[in-house]
Order: sequence, then C-alpha cells, then structure tokens
Amino acid sequence: MDIAAQLVLNADVTGQVLVGFLKRELGRFGFTKAVLNLSGGLDSALSCFLIAEALGGENVLTLLLPYRTSAQESTDHALEVVKLTGVNHKVIDITPMVDPYLNQNPDMDGVRRGNVMARMRMILLYDHSVLWNGLAIGTSNKTELLLGYGTIFGDMACAINPLGDLYKTQVRQMARAVGVPESIVQKAPSADLWAGQTDEGELGFTYVEVDKLLYLLVDERYSRDDAIRAGFDARFVDTVLRRIRNSQFKRMLPVIAKVSRRDVGHDFLYPRDWGT
Amino acid sequence: MTELRVGLAQLSPVLGDVDKNLRLHQEMIEQAQVQQLHLLCFPELSLTGYVLRDLVPDVSIRVVDGQPILVELLEASKNLDLAFGFVEEDARHRYYISSAYCSEGRLLHIHRKVYLPTYGMFEEGRYFAGGDRFRAFDTPFGRLGMLICEDFWHMSAPYALWLDGADLLLLMSASPGRGLSPEVALGSSRSVEIINQTYATFLTTFVLHSNRVGFEDGLNFWGGSTIFGPDGKLIAQAPYFEQTLLTATLDLHALRRVRQQLPLLRDERPGLLSRELDRLSMLDEECS
Repeated sequence: MDIAAQLVLNADVTGQVLVGFLKRELGRFGFTKAVLNLSGGLDSALSCFLIAEALGGENVLTLLLPYRTSAQESTDHALEVVKLTGVNHKVIDITPMVDPYLNQNPDMDGVRRGNVMARMRMILLYDHSVLWNGLAIGTSNKTELLLGYGTIFGDMACAINPLGDLYKTQVRQMARAVGVPESIVQKAPSADLWAGQTDEGELGFTYVEVDKLLYLLVDERYSRDDAIRAGFDARFVDTVLRRIRNSQFKRMLPVIAKVSRRDVGHDFLYPRDWGT
Repeated sequence: MTELRVGLAQLSPVLGDVDKNLRLHQEMIEQAQVQQLHLLCFPELSLTGYVLRDLVPDVSIRVVDGQPILVELLEASKNLDLAFGFVEEDARHRYYISSAYCSEGRLLHIHRKVYLPTYGMFEEGRYFAGGDRFRAFDTPFGRLGMLICEDFWHMSAPYALWLDGADLLLLMSASPGRGLSPEVALGSSRSVEIINQTYATFLTTFVLHSNRVGFEDGLNFWGGSTIFGPDGKLIAQAPYFEQTLLTATLDLHALRRVRQQLPLLRDERPGLLSRELDRLSMLDEECS
C-alpha cells in the first residue's frame, strides 16, 4: 500500500464538510461569532481560514498572544493570516500575566513553563469567548491528539474543533488549498515556547513518517506486528503506541466514580446537539 | 399508471424535536404537491434525527389510531403517497427504527429496521430492538419494498423483497460521511452508490435512496440521494450535503423492457436457494 497516497484528500469536499460543520455547530446553539487563538502556525491558520469562511471574517475575533520569548516571525505570520481572512484581532502580551508565577518557581522545566503559557492563553481565549459572545474554535489536529502532544485544558481547550480528524500532513494539504501563505505552510511546526524549538525535534520523528504509521494503526486498524511487517521500525512503532496509550486521558472527560444507578459519565447518554 | 413522479426529501431533521420535524415534513410535502408528485420519500428517522441515544423514549411514537403526528401525515397522504422515518414504540415498550408508508389516508406498511449497526461509531443495538421481517406491499403504483440503511448492506434484504414482488425499492438512510480521498465523493458515499446501482442492475428494479443531510455531534450526513432505473442507470442524483427535494419521473414500463432483455427474475431459483440455506443451517447445527 502506498500509505502517503491514502492521506491525500480532496480539499473541496473536505472544506465543504468542515465549513458546514462550523456553521451548523455554532448556529444550532445560537452563535454567529467565534474566537480563536492565532499562534502564527499552520493549524491555527487553517482553523482561521475555515471559520472566516463559515461566519465571515467580521464575526471572528482572533487573539495573538505572544510571550517575551516568542519569535517575532510568529506574530508576523499571524498578522498575515488576519489580513488575508479579514478577521478581527487583538495582540496581548501574556508575559506580565505569566512571569509572576514563573518567577515564583525558578526551577520550572520547559514542560511546566510551556503548560503555564498554554493555559494562560486558554484563560484569555475563554474570557474573550464571553466578551465577544463567540464560541472558542479549536486548532488541535489528529496527529497531536493521538500522540497527546498538547496541553490538556491549554491549547487543547475549545468548544468545537474542525481539525481534530485531519492528520498534520492533511492539515498542510488543506492549508495550501484554502490559501494559507507558503511561508506558514513550509516552516517547521513549533509550539514556540523557546528559541529553536520544533515539534519534530521534540517528538523525535517527522510528521510525514508518524502520520503514515498512525494512519495504519488507527484508520486501518493495523496491529503492532502488522505495522512492523509493513516496514516500520519496531522501536518507532512501540514509541508511538506508548504515546497513544499514555495520553488516552487527554482525549476524554475526567472519569467519574460510579455509585448511583445513572451517572453523568456512564449512562446519562444524551447527544451534545440535543434539540437542535 | 405508467409514469410515477417521485420525490426524495433530502432534509436535515432537528435532533430530538418531533414537532419541528413534522413542520419540516409539511414544508417538503407542500413543495412536492406544487410539483404534482405522486410519492414523496423521506430519509431514515426523518421525524427525530439520528444520534438520539437516551432521547429514544422521548421521541417515540405509538402506532395507534389518533396519534397526532400520524394523523397529520395520514391526512397529507390523501394528496400524495408518503414514506417517512420515526422511532416506533410497541405495546410492550420496545423501540424500533421504523419507516411508514402512507397512501390515500391509510397506513399501508411499516418496516422495522432489521440490521442495527452496533460497531465503530454506531450504537443502535444499545437503544433499539430489531425488526424481524422483510415484506413487500402493494401501493397504487405497484409493489414496493422499504429498507433502512444497514438493512441494505445485507444483500439478502433487497433480494427477499424482490422475491416478494417489489419492483421499486425505497432505501432510507441517515448515512454518516467518512473516508477522505482525492475523489469528490467521500468513501461512504461511493460505497452506497455502488451498492444501490448494483441492486438496480441485479434485481432489474427501481432503486430510490433517500439520504439525509446536516450534522449531529460531529457526524456529517452526505445526502447525494439517488434514483437508479431497472437497467442500472442513474436517473437522478441530489447534490452532496445540501438540503433539497430531488424529483424524477419514472417510466414504469421500463421494468417490462429491461426484463425482456435481462430475464434475471424469471430465471431466479429461490427453491434452489432455499434448499441450500436449509442444508447450510443443518451443517451449522451439526458443527455447533
């Protein structure tokens, strides 16, 4: 099987589904506006293009939330997206909000510092969700969700997510198709928490490689041994499987201890879109 | 009657609100009447929406005289035949995914979905009881058969209706779209189109597929309702994802012409099949 070919998508039909989904999901709860955080990276750029198409740029508020160590290039790229999509924007430096806490904990490692920044951005996102009367749009893609490469209640927090079933390499295809600038499409994906950080450097493998493996494991239901027989290195397969398993909690609501005959977590099973 | 004007109501029901959905049905019925249709077919669970889960008992309908929703639709069926989908509650409080066919103010037939997908994203078996029969029925336009979504992924179902005399199959579904590829059609759409065209060709029968549109809990429903003729050719297709009323005029004489060229029905050997099935079930018993 040519696995890369299986990840090629028709951008028109994919866009039609995703834009239709955004319109309908917001509209059914009476929302005409949305808010999202723009990092200057690929995922939030694509989310921004999609939500701007769904609602019109004038109904979208984007937040550019740099920390003092963020690359200027990130803000520049985010502003380019703002210009191209006609969305509203605010630039808010999160340094004065984040640093008092970091300064109290000088021994914090990169992960903890990154989590604090991601969660501060979430606080601003949800505060503006109320201020702007718009729902928070997510930007996590399928690759990140499966690998658990995100901060729970941080960058993973949102009301609805148009990208969660697109692998990173598919996000790239869609981004190109909707007109995200090449400078954003081609740059190395990064959480931009410190200078020179890249996703692929941190993860230890490339998105192109891991997307192919995830496609086999998840979409095609390959077992570990099937994937190895298909040509993937055993250590790579094990690393990815471990990441998926260890991050399962991030993809679910907190587990509830059942004691009654009907509880919210197990058998009070109503659709989210109830009555709409 | 040799010309049948049919319509497929490709709509997006409101999840769990039967009254609102009744109004959506009435709007479609009005459009259908303006276009002088003889038969209007709605999708699976058109009165309730699909991802119901614990809402099932709240939206269910008992098929009894005077049931207000049924009264309205039966009244409308005095002007044109109607097929629609709903949650049926039986006298002993079992719930079914059912489709009703009404004509001239009378309820002619109810099909209860037999095959309830309970795998992957589907959990119908958790909430519903399954039907236990495939039966064709007579209408003013000839003998029809109805199937609901997963039913027609089992080829025995349309086959049984064909042998029972159905010359027109009404397939009603709420099919979630999935499977990206470079093609315009999603993988699920492509599969269903191939299946329906295959049935039309093999059974030399009209195959009408009424599929819904809209979104529920992140699922998209792809529409793309189709009408295939008994020669297996596409007569009409609705757009993907858009709410619409697809209409076509079916030439019922085509059945005669096609079956002269391709007398598959004449040559079919149901007795032989029945013996083989008996033999296989005996083998099953011996093995178990």
